[in-house]
Formats: sequence, structure tokens, C-alpha cells
Amino acid sequence: MVFRIEVAYKEGIRDVLGEKIRRSLVRNFGFDIHKVTIVDVYTIDADIPEWVIERLKIDGFCDPVIQSSYVNEPCPIVGDWAIEVGFKPGVTDNVGRTAKEVIEAVSNYNFKFTEGVYTSRLYMIWGNLKEDEVKKIAEEALANVLIQNYRYKDRKRYIDEKGMGTLVPKPKGGTSMVVETFSLKMGIDSWMRLSKERTWALSEEEIRAIISYYKRNDVKEERRRIGLSEDPTDVEIEAIAQTWSEHCKHKIFNATIEYEQDGQKETINSIFKTFIVRATEEIRNKKGKRDFCLSVFTDNAGVISFNRKYNLAFKVETHNTPSALDPYGGALTGIVGVNRDPFGTGKGSKLIFNTDVFCFAPPDFEGKIPPRLFHPKRVLEGVREGVEHGGNKSGIPTVNGSITFHERFLGKPLVFCGTCGVMPKKIRGEPSYLKGAKRGDLIVMVGGRIGKDGIHGATFSSEELSESSPTSAVQIGDPITQKRMTDFLLLARDKGLYNSITDCGAGGLSSSVGEMARDTNGCVIYLDKPPLKYEGLSPWEILLSEAQERMTLAVPPQKIDAFMSLSKKMGVESTVIGEFTDTGKFHCLYRNQTVAYIDMDFLHNGLPKMILKAKWERKISEGDIPIEPTDYNQVLLDVLKRWNVCSKEYVVRQYDHEVQAQTIIKPLVGNENDGPSDASVLKPDPESNEAIVISHGICPKFSEFDTYHMAACAITEAIANNLAVGGTLKKMALLDNFCWPDPVESERNPDGSYKLAQLVRAAKALYDFAKLYGTPFISGKDSMKNDYVYGDIKISIPPTVLISALSIIDDPYKVVTMDFKEPESLIVIIGLTFPELGGSEYFGLFKKSGGIFPKVRGRLAKKIFLKLDKATNKRLFLSCHDVSDGGLACALAECAFSGGLGAEVDLSKVPVINVYTNDYILFSESANRFVVTVRERDFRAFEALFNGLPYNVVGKVRKDDRFVIKGIDGKVIINIDLKSLKDAWKSPFMAHFG
Amino acid sequence: MIKKRPKSLVLFGNGINCEKETYFAHKVAGFYPDLVYVNELLEKPNLIHKYDFITLPGGFLDGDDLGSARAQAIKWKYQQLKGKEGFFVDELVKFVADGKLILGICNGFQLLVKCGLLPRLDENHKDQVATLTFNDSGRFENRWVYLKVNKNSPCVFLQDLDRLYLPIRHGEGKFISINEKVLARIREENHIALQYTDKEGKVTQDYPYNPNGSQEAIAGICDKIGRICGLMPHPEAYFEKLHHPRWTREEIEGEPDGLKIFKNAYSYCTENL
Repeated sequence: MVFRIEVAYKEGIRDVLGEKIRRSLVRNFGFDIHKVTIVDVYTIDADIPEWVIERLKIDGFCDPVIQSSYVNEPCPIVGDWAIEVGFKPGVTDNVGRTAKEVIEAVSNYNFKFTEGVYTSRLYMIWGNLKEDEVKKIAEEALANVLIQNYRYKDRKRYIDEKGMGTLVPKPKGGTSMVVETFSLKMGIDSWMRLSKERTWALSEEEIRAIISYYKRNDVKEERRRIGLSEDPTDVEIEAIAQTWSEHCKHKIFNATIEYEQDGQKETINSIFKTFIVRATEEIRNKKGKRDFCLSVFTDNAGVISFNRKYNLAFKVETHNTPSALDPYGGALTGIVGVNRDPFGTGKGSKLIFNTDVFCFAPPDFEGKIPPRLFHPKRVLEGVREGVEHGGNKSGIPTVNGSITFHERFLGKPLVFCGTCGVMPKKIRGEPSYLKGAKRGDLIVMVGGRIGKDGIHGATFSSEELSESSPTSAVQIGDPITQKRMTDFLLLARDKGLYNSITDCGAGGLSSSVGEMARDTNGCVIYLDKPPLKYEGLSPWEILLSEAQERMTLAVPPQKIDAFMSLSKKMGVESTVIGEFTDTGKFHCLYRNQTVAYIDMDFLHNGLPKMILKAKWERKISEGDIPIEPTDYNQVLLDVLKRWNVCSKEYVVRQYDHEVQAQTIIKPLVGNENDGPSDASVLKPDPESNEAIVISHGICPKFSEFDTYHMAACAITEAIANNLAVGGTLKKMALLDNFCWPDPVESERNPDGSYKLAQLVRAAKALYDFAKLYGTPFISGKDSMKNDYVYGDIKISIPPTVLISALSIIDDPYKVVTMDFKEPESLIVIIGLTFPELGGSEYFGLFKKSGGIFPKVRGRLAKKIFLKLDKATNKRLFLSCHDVSDGGLACALAECAFSGGLGAEVDLSKVPVINVYTNDYILFSESANRFVVTVRERDFRAFEALFNGLPYNVVGKVRKDDRFVIKGIDGKVIINIDLKSLKDAWKSPFMAHFG
Repeated sequence: MIKKRPKSLVLFGNGINCEKETYFAHKVAGFYPDLVYVNELLEKPNLIHKYDFITLPGGFLDGDDLGSARAQAIKWKYQQLKGKEGFFVDELVKFVADGKLILGICNGFQLLVKCGLLPRLDENHKDQVATLTFNDSGRFENRWVYLKVNKNSPCVFLQDLDRLYLPIRHGEGKFISINEKVLARIREENHIALQYTDKEGKVTQDYPYNPNGSQEAIAGICDKIGRICGLMPHPEAYFEKLHHPRWTREEIEGEPDGLKIFKNAYSYCTENL
């Protein structure tokens, strides 16, 4: 029996979500729409007793105070147009799942496997619209056609046909569950064609390695013995392709690179080992007893010591391609996906904060949007909402982040999501950061069920986004299923019910079991055991599915009963799907037939090493500069309105940044709680004083000049932000995330060797500066094919490095915020201003990009960092703010309007080198500078501490609301009130999203 | 006679996510708290009676999928208890009748309202007569708000308190009653416990001081006897000075506002139970 239940607002009740959609349709399309209202639809396809529907009709599906529900009859509200949007068959429907649970709880009826509840939304729209406009609204605003279907009717048809009619998006049960084999006799061209068609992303060389493995006599002999064909099965090739994917093996980061620069050649044997791992090893050696790293680069997240009781596990991931295809689902999966990294690190950790950094094209982009891409505004709003739901619903505060804008992120948005977890130092007497499956342990899959969602995510993200990108690569996360799972597993951890745990993410079971099986050197997986969302999955799909909210565990047989009963009690599905062995084989069976039998050694070590060429060319950029402005008030307002400078409060406020009651410096600070904090501070253990300072640095706008300096600026900015709030170099760990355009030269990618050289240079900078600052990398990630290719259109992102910095301080009261606090306090600028405006916001305002770009003077930077730590220990600063996008002018303005106190500044006092004009002093983006305020009575102590370093008193904090700046010739060039500054700074997001 | 320390229950699981700090706030206030898994209550409803005080913390029960807290409310109202007549809401009513306390914060407030336990006019919990729905802004917001306690309210949690400063973190916090008559009774019979105000302490409908557009600027209500209370702001988010958003620039004196609410519950329990 099928029931269609429509839930509509009662007359006179405001539908605020409908109003919000109307506003955005009018703003984004300019259509004449006077009203939108939303009707929620539940389609129940199950033989449930009718009394259940009657009962739930009243207050189950609707809120009886404000809504009414209608069973198998259309609701009485009829717009000029009706558009209904629902999920395509098989796409995760979280609300539908909850509705099903409620019906089961109330009725004691158990849904059959083929029965279900499907939700959709009916939008009633009043307005003067033509049919093609209705379609445009459906496709570009209401539905994502990749995962959703829509249908529409005009008023007349809707009335004539008595509503939308019932539609059940039930997934079709597949029939053929055959395992295919591929003939070893096939030519390489046929293999390559298959690789493309099936999204294996295997190179010719890799295919040759696979063929020669299967042609080995010992392999043939073993396959014969177990009753398997000589030809590889689809299960095997899919497993190998996934294990060998760029996403899982980081082939480019580990490649041998012939690097050429200024006629000099050198061979780099793995960027990762040479620059990142080596930096960490050398720093840890030098730290000796003061080393706080516990597990680096080996597990899902890096682990460091926090205090005597706890360790921290921190990881930052990217989820770029899925977010390009489905901004909401991609970002949601990004955040709940990275949650599982620290959760699956060591024996598991409790998640305490998220970070998010996004890179988008500007929301006011007016050019043509290439096929399959979305307008940046839709991308931003979708990603923002995905992270909101993922973070907020999981109860993990989002405490640090930023949004960087650049036109070339149109090709692929970057969505960096980070999560940190805390784990007790020891669990049942064993160090918590160690784990390992043991021979005979059962393989247990915990959490969500398997569907076709996300198949080929790992291999697909290793290719550029193109017209043939598969739709199945998108998943929709479900924070609640995951929350239930993590609540359960933390209890299981403390009871010692498992030996090992890992995330079941990219590559699905193939990857998670394949990795864990290295502990024992073998595994058997029964592919007919994992629970499915619906019928029709082939064995290889079950193995590779990236359906979300799953962890893979190794449970000793004697503990399995206790594990399963706790799982059941907490409403979490767990299934034994195999066993860890020491046979040396990755062995899969399906209905008692062996469908995969691969040597563990070949699977993990058979991948041929990539050899690549990189050539660096110095690009000299012309110093095309703007004419010095006459109206500095206006220029300052305009720079404050730049997308990279303006307030991101709109986004920050929609993220819960205080849940768990540990965020002691929030992302928004100042007298009205809306100033931009440089970093956040958390005190996760209410019973002790240690606190975590978390910050980041990212500046892709400098990539076009030299990625060495771009990366140097990013690492320095991350640390500067951290130190500005009171962090310390003594106990600071870094995470590196590289997002690059394809750096492998080919016909389609002629400047690949330059992009690879850019990668080498960025990594070199990270080595140099991490060593200099003594800050080890503990984890990281690289994402290499951030290009969009469609016909002749190619958009490559600017090479981007994100550095996340986490430091641990003993005294939470040392921290300081960026807002001015006391009238008459001295404004001091620390650090040197150079004529470095290449890539600056000021030049960008006048569409100039050339000139000299910022370079980091590392030794000076380090000296300043060390003094800042001391100064905050001594409570010398009333406020401290890092200078970045928009230069000194913006930093000063931000300090002033965030504190609600004006300022009087004399530019002739600013410490500069070769800078002769007001605009350069105001807007240069030289690295490693700070605006601090100091009480007059503390100034001698300040001077004693900073003796020998570049600093100067440039003015005083005023008690009124005037922001006054005197130029180098003594004339006042800026005189404006704080409200005008703040309003300008807040205006871009208010205008486009508010 | 030495009185025993009161025991309290903090619910967790199925999307609740403020249990850790709620537990801690209970502890700081003086209680012996236990964390109890939400599904366990339907299996062993008698479990609650060994406690003096129950807090339903904030979060997203069932992901707020059918509207905030609705799925859980349906289970508490309509799911047959194991080996026992009646439904779980009835058990909670008995609990309060014993002189004990229930506090619902944010999602917990939504749950109490949707179960009919608030405002509970005429001590009737069968019908839902008010709701908490989408903020007028259409957005989830994390924001600190100024609050004023209704001096005439019998709410035991807010006794002797006047003005409070606490964070809200919700998307569905707009309080609406089913009709004018109900609203009038809520007002006149002093079910209003807490209201949003501007900085000066004046009750307001203006955004963002009133962050969601609630009728009568309602931020929290209680039942007639004042022992069931629900509020949208998060007292458990402010149990130490460092939680205040401006502790780096203002002198923060006295006990943190959030802690005061739990201490009132503690005093009540020690004096009355």
C-alpha cells in the first residue's frame, strides 16, 4: 500500500524557509515571484496498518500547532506553479529513514527490505513565470539533478489532475550479479579503454604491471588450485585500481622527480619523504626529550601529546570534486568523512573540534558558467550548509576557518575540512595511539548500509572533472547515523572490545580491510555478508562502495558477543564480514565462490613508481601599479569590501562554535562579538588548564609569482595567527594540505612540468620554514587533479597550500584578542613593511596584479614569534592582530571597529624598508607583521623585550569612534567613523546572502 | 541529619550532543550525575525514579529530521513501554509529581513542548499547544543573548535571578502558541520564565536581540508548579568565566550565569527532596 502524505503550513503561519527561497530566487534570477511556500511530502510504500497513519497524521508528520497533514489527497494550497523535488532511487534519504524508524516504533510493524519511506518537497510558487523559467528554477536552485529528480505542473494541470500524483522512487532490484573477468590476451589499448570507461584511472604502466603479475606461473598455479580463472576478475581489478589510486597511494607526492631549475638538475626521490617527512624527523630529533609527537604520517590522523591525561589526533582533508558536483552533499560528506579520521586513529578518539577552509570563485561572478559547474554563490551556500549540518548535528564545534576567493576556483571549489579528537593516554593499560589487527580477529563493519553511493570516489577524484564524471561518485552523509556509531564505539573502546579500528571511506571495504590486513598479512571477506540498502549490487560494488558512516574493526572472537550486544542496545548495525588471516592473500568470496585472490604484497607494493619531470621557470612580472589615490576614505572602504577581506560572520554564526563548552576564544570577538579572531582557543578538559590554540594560513593569490614564497607565506601566516592569540612555538604542530592542478605533463596538460616544479618549490619552502620555526608536520594530504576540462574549456585552480597550526599552552589566561580595549593605549606595529603589493587586495581593486610579492624573512619572523610568546606570557598586550589581506589599513580598522574604539595613527612612524608612499604603507601585504596595543605603563617592559627588533609606536587608541590616519607628510588622509568602516566590511555577505 | 547528595540524570545519545558539558555543569553545581542512554528509558522507564533531577540536553535528536525533536516526542508519546502500561511521558509526569525537576535545554526544550509537557496548562500533557519552529531569519545561529527572568514565575531554576547572558545555538527556536487564548494564559499564569531583551534589559522583538522572533520574546517557559522548565539558551555553555565571549576585555564578576541555574536546581533538591 502506498500512502502519500503532504504536510503544509496552516493559514496565517509564516513559512520562513519559503520566504528565504523566494528572496534568493528574486535576487539570483530577477524573476517576478511574490510567494513561495514549502509542502513536505512523505511517500510511504509499506503494508502498515492504517491506524498508524491516522495517529501519525495528527502530530507525527506535522507540527499540529502550525501545520496540517493530508493523506492521499493534495493539500489545499495551490500556487501558480508546483515543483516537486525528490531523491533519485537509491540516494540516501535521511528524513525518510527517520520517518520509517518512527513508524516502526509506534506500530511494532517491521518494514520489509523492499519497503520504505521516501521524502520529497513540493514548492508552491506564485508569480508570473514561463515554463522555461520554472525549469531553470528547478534545475539551478531547487534540485541537484545529479541526485534528485523534479517534476512540475502549472496551476491548471495541478487542479485538473488533482495534485502531483504519487511517485515511489524505489531502487530497481538488479538481477545479474555476475563476476566478470578480463582476458589477459587483450591488447593494451583495450585495457586503457576499459580503464577510462570504468573509472579505474590506471596508467598504461600500471596495467602492464597488473598483466605481468597475472602471467606469473606461481600466480596461475595458485589461482587454478583455488578454482579461479587465470584472467583477473572485476573484483580484483577494481580492488587494485582503488588501492593504487592517486587518492590512496599519493603517487605524485611519492614519485621520483627530475627537477630542473636555472639549468641545475636534481633528482627528488619523493616530495613527501624529502621535504615533509624529513622536516618532521629532523625537528623531532632536535627536540629530543621535548618532542611531543606520538604518531605521525602512519595513521588516519597525526597524534601528539596534549597533557598528562590526554593525546590529540588531528587531520585535515579535502573534498573538492564531490563538492563541485553537489556542493551540499559533497561538503557534508567532507566534514563527516574527516570526522572518521581522528575517530579511526589509534584506538579511537572523541571529536572535539572542526575546522573549515573554503576556496571559491567570487559570489558576484558575472561570466558564463561552464557546463556541469554551478554559480559560485550556489557552491558557497551549498558548501556552507553542508558543513553546517555535518558539524552542528554531530555536536562538534567549528572553531576556525576562512574563505578565500579567486576566479579560478570556478573550475573546482576547494573544501578543506579538519577534525581534532582527544583520546586518553592509555586505554586499558595500552597506549591509545597504537592499534593492530591480530590473526583470527573478525572483520566487523559498523554503521551505515552499503549502496551504490560513492562508487569510484577514490579513483574518480584522481581525475579531472569532465563531462564523463560519473554521477555515482557523490554520497550524502548522515551525521546522526554517524553520531550513534561514534557514541557506541567510544564505549566499546573503553571496554576493550576491539583490537583495531579504521575509517571506511574512500575505496570502501577494499581500502579499509586491505589496509588493516597488512597487520596480519591477509584477510578473507565474504562479500555477501555486508548489509545492503537495496538489492542489485555486484560483488565489486559491495567491496568498493563509499557509502558513508561506516567504520571497519578487528574484533577478537571471544569479544564478539559483547560487542554485538552493545551495538544492538545502542541502535547501531554491526556485521561480521570476514576474518584477518596470515595467508598473504587478499581473499574475497561471494556466495561461497572465490571472486578475488590477490597477493597482499602485490596489492600494496606492486605499484610501479612514477617518474616525472619538473622544470621551474622564473616568471618576471611587470610592476604595473595603480596611481596613488586621492580619496583614501573611499579606497579603505573599498578594500574592506573585497571578498578576501570582508566579514565572514554570515557563515561563522551558522556554525555552532561553542558546543562542548570548551571554546574560550571564539572565532568572533570584540565588544559586539563580531570581530575577526586570528585563532580560536579551546580548553577541552574542564579540570585542567592546558589549552589548544588553532589557526591556519592560506594564500593562493601569490602562487602565480612563485609557489615557494606562497607556501612560505602560508606557513608563516598560520603561525603568526596562532602566536597573535597567545600560542607558542614550543609545542606547535602543523598539518599540510596541498591542492594542485594536474602536475603531470601530457598532451592535454602541456605545462604539467611547470606545475610540478611549482609543487616542488612549495614543498621546499615548507621544509625550510618548518625546520626554521621548529614546528613538525604531523599529518597532511594532497589532492592533485583540481582541473575542470570540458571540450575546449580548461580551468585549473591556482596551486594552493593550506597550513593548519595547533599549539598547546599551559595557561589559558595568557591569551589575547585582536580588538582594541583601552583608550589612550599605545598602538605599536611590530615587523617590517616592504613594497610588496603583488597579488595584494589593493592592487586587485584596481585590477593590477603585477609587482613585487611578499617574501618571508624567516629568521626575523622567528625572532618576533619567540618574543610574542614571551610578551603574551607577561600579559604585555591589550590586543594583538596579525596583518594579512588588505594590509595595515585593514588590520588597524578591524582592531578599531571590533573594539568599538577609534584610533589615531601616523604613517611616518611605521617601520618600513624602501616604501615611500601612503598607499604602499597602508596596503602592502608583507608577511609577519602585528598590530598590538600596550598600556603606557607597560611600554618599558615591552621595549626591553623587543629590543633589537623592528617595531614602533604609531599612534594611540581614541576613546571616540573616529578612525584617523595621518600620511607621511603629516596631513590627515583618512578620517572616518567606525560604523562606516564596519558596515562596509560587513556589506558584501549581507548584500549577497543576508 | 546529613542529607544525601542529590542524584541527577543527563540524557545522551541519538543525536543529543551537549551531554558532556551538561554533565559537568551538574557536577560543579553539586549533583551526582549519571549519563543515561536515551533508548534505555523506553526499555527501563522505572530507571528515572531513582533520580531527583533530569536534564534533557541540547542536540539534534534523530537529526531533527521530522522537525526538531519530533521523532523522539512521538516515541515518548506513542511507543508502548516494555512490560508496563502507558507511555513514557506519563512516567515523567509521575516523576514531577514526586516533587522532582526536569530541565530541557534547546533540543530538550523542543522535546518537552512537543511531548505536551510544556506549558502543561491545567496540568494536561495530552495536547501540544505550543511549538518551537524556524527562526524568522531562516537560519541556525550561534549568538549570545541578553535575558530577563520573569519575577513572578514559579520556575525553581530561576529563583532570585534577574538578568542573564547566555548563548543560543539553534535554527528552530521561535516560540508560537496554538492560539491567542493559550498565549494569554501562558502570559497571565506566569508560564513565561525567561525573555529576550536588548542590552538595557528591555524585552524586545527586535533582531538580533530577539534572535528568532518568538512570541512575547519567550526564551524559556515552565509549567504551573515551576518544576518543569524548558529554555532555548544554553546554561551549560557558561559554567566558568572563560566561556564568556568577552572575558579578555571585560571584568566578569560573580558566578557564571549558566551555573546559577544548575545551582538553583541543586538548592531545591537539597532543601525539598
